Amino acid sequence: MVELFFVSFRHVSISGLIKGWAGFDNYRSLMDNSDIGGTLKRTAIWLVVVVAATMALSLPLAQLMNANFRGRRILRYSVIVPWAASLVITATSWKWILDPYYGIMNNVLMDLHIIKAPVDILGDPRTSFMALLVVGVLVSLPFTSYVLLAGLQAIPHDIMEAARVDGAGPWKGYWAIVFPLLKPAFLVAAVINAVYVFNSFPIIWVMTQGGPGYETDTTTTFAYKIAFRDQDIGQSASLAVGNFVVILIFIMLFLKLSKWKELDQQ
Amino acid sequence: MSLNLSLKNISRIKGATLSLLGLVVSFIFLFPYVTMLSTALKPKSAITDIPPSYLPKSYNWNNFIKVFQELPFGMYIRSTVIIALCTMVIGLVVAIPAGYYVARNHFRLRTPFLLLVLITQMFSPTTLLIGIYREMGVMHLINTYLGLILINVSFNLAFSVWILSSFFKTIPVEIEEAAAIDGASRLQTFRKISLPLAVPGIVTTAIFTFIAAWNEYVVAYTLASSPSKQPFSVGLSLLTGYYEVKWNYLFAGSLIAIIPIIILFISIEKYLVSGLTAGSVK
Repeated sequence: MVELFFVSFRHVSISGLIKGWAGFDNYRSLMDNSDIGGTLKRTAIWLVVVVAATMALSLPLAQLMNANFRGRRILRYSVIVPWAASLVITATSWKWILDPYYGIMNNVLMDLHIIKAPVDILGDPRTSFMALLVVGVLVSLPFTSYVLLAGLQAIPHDIMEAARVDGAGPWKGYWAIVFPLLKPAFLVAAVINAVYVFNSFPIIWVMTQGGPGYETDTTTTFAYKIAFRDQDIGQSASLAVGNFVVILIFIMLFLKLSKWKELDQQ
Repeated sequence: MSLNLSLKNISRIKGATLSLLGLVVSFIFLFPYVTMLSTALKPKSAITDIPPSYLPKSYNWNNFIKVFQELPFGMYIRSTVIIALCTMVIGLVVAIPAGYYVARNHFRLRTPFLLLVLITQMFSPTTLLIGIYREMGVMHLINTYLGLILINVSFNLAFSVWILSSFFKTIPVEIEEAAAIDGASRLQTFRKISLPLAVPGIVTTAIFTFIAAWNEYVVAYTLASSPSKQPFSVGLSLLTGYYEVKWNYLFAGSLIAIIPIIILFISIEKYLVSGLTAGSVK
């Protein structure tokens, strides 16, 4: 009975979406929308850059979190903060830091002699998307590096010891022994992270609202704009269906990687 | 002897380097929150200084009290607490029996059921927003606490059931069987034996659900149109849209809203990863 209640809950939330499917006109009008091309391109960049950078950085970060040194606890707790804090608040703070007049970032950049005069980072389409990418990576890192940390902790110490005895240097030993063992955790973290990044709404919405114009929109914020600002539910729904399909692909990937079925049988 | 000493020195230098690196990385992660604190402590007049100062010249701790008069933060916090608490309670009421059942029984369709649970965890409300909005419209739940609570519950159930069932699985069946032999009914066994043993799991689930509901933004932003129904995440984002933003109070309020959450999150640190990856990382 409990499961029935559970299943029904899900089914209802999705069925509202399916109702919006009628005909292909919505898809056609979506394709005619002049901003869709740029949005799709940006979504792809957003997804690839944020996920790639996050994964590349979370590996050394997880190593550092796993290393033995004084102040490790401070590091672990600091990394948790952006994960726990609401994305809206974090994004608001970044917006304030990047404010062209009162923000601290211009100060820092000028004191470091990187720029000569204050700049409006979020006002310029090129730099604003870059800023979003950086913030996107910073808020993604906690989850991925914690998953990798858990993976690292599960590797028995003897294995690394044995590699050292066999004469593997730290670098070679790492890529030959540790990384292959870490690979399942790495892949799972990457796929789940990709889903989060793809769905990510608050960061872009709070910092730029996809602006200036539609210059920093991804399909997620774009779908929101069409639906709730332009009131074109049908067109937005067709974009949402596209988003839905993308996530489904990620889920299949996840299931393939995680081999959850075998785990379930245990 | 001298070799020993130099080895010791090397390890000491290595430790110090790591500590320094750790501090630098910590600072990068904490930077936006440190800036918030610094801004929250500045007097109103210093907010619009050009260029801004890194640290406040005077520390106005009473901004943390004044925020309740200057901005409708009391109201936002009230809504947030109501939504998060109800989500947590309803979520537990549904997820505890479900998690227990899944852990103890191999029913038909168990595998598809677990698959479904896993999939729903990956869909964010953002993708389904239009569907949710229409559905809530049909049920007349737009701009109500109940609507927000139900959506929060449904999007957190997957995680809750997963983590609870993995906790129930760690309780040996033999203990329950022993209780049954002693004449306890199934319900009694569950209540007196299994439930108390699963308390760490239940606490973890409760905290996680609470935080997720506390931080939820997209659905509340779409559904809660009247200020009295908005949680602070929505209220905050709307306040920054005004012409004159009271940044110092805004951030004082934000810090009040996130500090308890961060403490709660740290308290469940070790269970987080296993729950979020749904057992795929061993």
